[in-house]
Amino acid sequence: MSLLTVRDLQVSFDTPDGEVVAVNRLNFSVNAGETLGIVGESGSGKSQTAFSLLGLLAGNGRVSGSAQFEHQEILGLSEAAMNHIRAEQIAMIFQDPMTSLNPYMKIGQQLREVLMLHKGMSKREAHVEALKMMDAVKIPEAAKRINMYPHELSGGMRQRIMIAMALLCRPKLLIADEPTTALDVTVQAQIMTLLRELQSEFNTAIILITHDLGVVAGACDQVLVMYGGRTMEYGSTEQIFYQPSHPYTRGLLKAVPNLESRAGELNTIPGNPPNLLSLPKGCPFNPRCQESVASCFQDAPELISFTGGRQRACHLSLQAEEVA
Amino acid sequence: MSQLEPIMQVTDLKVRFPVKEARWPWQERRWVKAVDGVSFDVYPGETLGIVGESGCGKSTLARAVLRLAPVSGGRALWLGKDLGQMSEQALWQSRHQMQMIFQDPQASLNPRMTVGDIIAEPLHTYHPELSADEVRQRVKEMMQKVGLLPNVINRYPHEFSGGQCQRIGIARALILKPRLVVCDEPVSALDVSIQAQVVNLLKQVQQEMNLALVFIAHDLSVVKHISDRVMVMYLGRVVETGLTDHLYDQPQHPYTRALLSAVPVPDPKKEREKQIELLPGDLPSPIDPPAGCAFHTRCPQATEECSQKRPELQGDEHHQVACLKVTTVTSEPNKEEVTDAETAVLN
Repeated sequence: MSLLTVRDLQVSFDTPDGEVVAVNRLNFSVNAGETLGIVGESGSGKSQTAFSLLGLLAGNGRVSGSAQFEHQEILGLSEAAMNHIRAEQIAMIFQDPMTSLNPYMKIGQQLREVLMLHKGMSKREAHVEALKMMDAVKIPEAAKRINMYPHELSGGMRQRIMIAMALLCRPKLLIADEPTTALDVTVQAQIMTLLRELQSEFNTAIILITHDLGVVAGACDQVLVMYGGRTMEYGSTEQIFYQPSHPYTRGLLKAVPNLESRAGELNTIPGNPPNLLSLPKGCPFNPRCQESVASCFQDAPELISFTGGRQRACHLSLQAEEVA
Repeated sequence: MSQLEPIMQVTDLKVRFPVKEARWPWQERRWVKAVDGVSFDVYPGETLGIVGESGCGKSTLARAVLRLAPVSGGRALWLGKDLGQMSEQALWQSRHQMQMIFQDPQASLNPRMTVGDIIAEPLHTYHPELSADEVRQRVKEMMQKVGLLPNVINRYPHEFSGGQCQRIGIARALILKPRLVVCDEPVSALDVSIQAQVVNLLKQVQQEMNLALVFIAHDLSVVKHISDRVMVMYLGRVVETGLTDHLYDQPQHPYTRALLSAVPVPDPKKEREKQIELLPGDLPSPIDPPAGCAFHTRCPQATEECSQKRPELQGDEHHQVACLKVTTVTSEPNKEEVTDAETAVLN
């Protein structure tokens, strides 16, 4: 039974230049203890998907569709009800640990606050619990660091604090929005290892939003590839990486510089990321697609399911081995 | 490559910045040693990649070789002449042939100038004798070269995406037909598909114009694709340098190996099976770098000796390593000399 089931999620913004549809009819589900990767370039709507689930959209944003979390509809909940879902059921790690911690508050105070508000703990209990969690995310000298301000810590340490904060109430679902993008590769490896360990310890489901396909390959069970606010392809990690069936996924995989292949021209996807204000008619990927046919410019392809629970939105006919 | 004369020779370059802190008059001022004795040569038409984590001094080094950051020791020779000793006039003339491409494509373009004006500005500075028509002609040719449509010449930077802005930055750097371009993380702010476009563009113009590139990045796989030689930095010092193939096939320094093993591979099976050499802890503060080998605090192989003796770069012209634990540097890949620790990485 899936923990979170999202159906026809649509997020739009009213802007002076007109309505922008950032997320267009998205469907996915996440099971307990599983990791779903959402991949896409900037402007593909991956972050707005996460924000909409937690009711964190900007003032001009509107959301429609349905998101069932443990059989409870969480879209359009009242602020009070939402506050019980946030942190207690679903927690989020933001991209930039520098700007998402309060610079005026000590680490300890920020961690304790969560427990005192959501669990009704006393300050002393919360302090002990916060220290335990800091140990769990492997922060050395936690007793000393708990009295520090965020600026006294390195980027990697701050991201650990963010993870500790998100896990304090033992949420069932963790949404990580580009958790390692701002970090160095060595620190990224530390953080991803940590997330894997914590996931098996607490049986947390994770939605990992990233543009780094290498990170996805190591961490995710299912992958959702987004472009221009729409699902392009959805499937298990193995299927997406070894038998990509959408031209965009194929292009993306080829464009990643690889340590194993030796120099030479990198494969590229020509053109630029889409402008959501003026998406092309038909498939949003058509101006950059090297395999486009006439129907791609007519109408947007429907998301269709095929073998092995995969989905894809493309007019091209499936290759023989994919149908089998 | 060795028959050619290097266009840039850097010897024992040092850059330090004073630490701003409250202190008593009798207390000594403390310094951040951002770059601590780095030497390298750049030959015409080649690409030198510089990699390292944030805070290792790679950007400061790039600025220092163009004399954009204060040099406190060592020399940077441009075509045999010391940039540090040059008069303002001579420096101005030399900079004609040295250009830079910056990290943040949007922030490095003046939002109140049109694309045409931005690209033309170096021409106005160095060739005031050119007529307006000629300038416009050259700007349009350059725009075509970097893949921008000449009809966008009157637009402003905010109308472009990140990748296109980086193309504008590249056009501005190339319009004077420089011999050396220093690229400071030119693709790290871009999406994967756009990143590949910009890397290919740089390679293409390099061949057409016989450019030397100094390419700084923290992404080891991008550096591998573009560089002929690579230099790995840690806390202001070079820990390993060599021809790209040698360095990536046979990394010798424990830091280089850790760095390479941490790069995620876009292949689920390989990524899950590979062994990552996790480095414990964080980068130490460059104000008080560890004594001896700067890496010994995080090194899995460190011994007593490492905290006392500072290793020097050793090896032949193809591959050099600064590590007390590495005694022989193999410039030819030779599987028999691979140590146990390396076997773990290679597996």
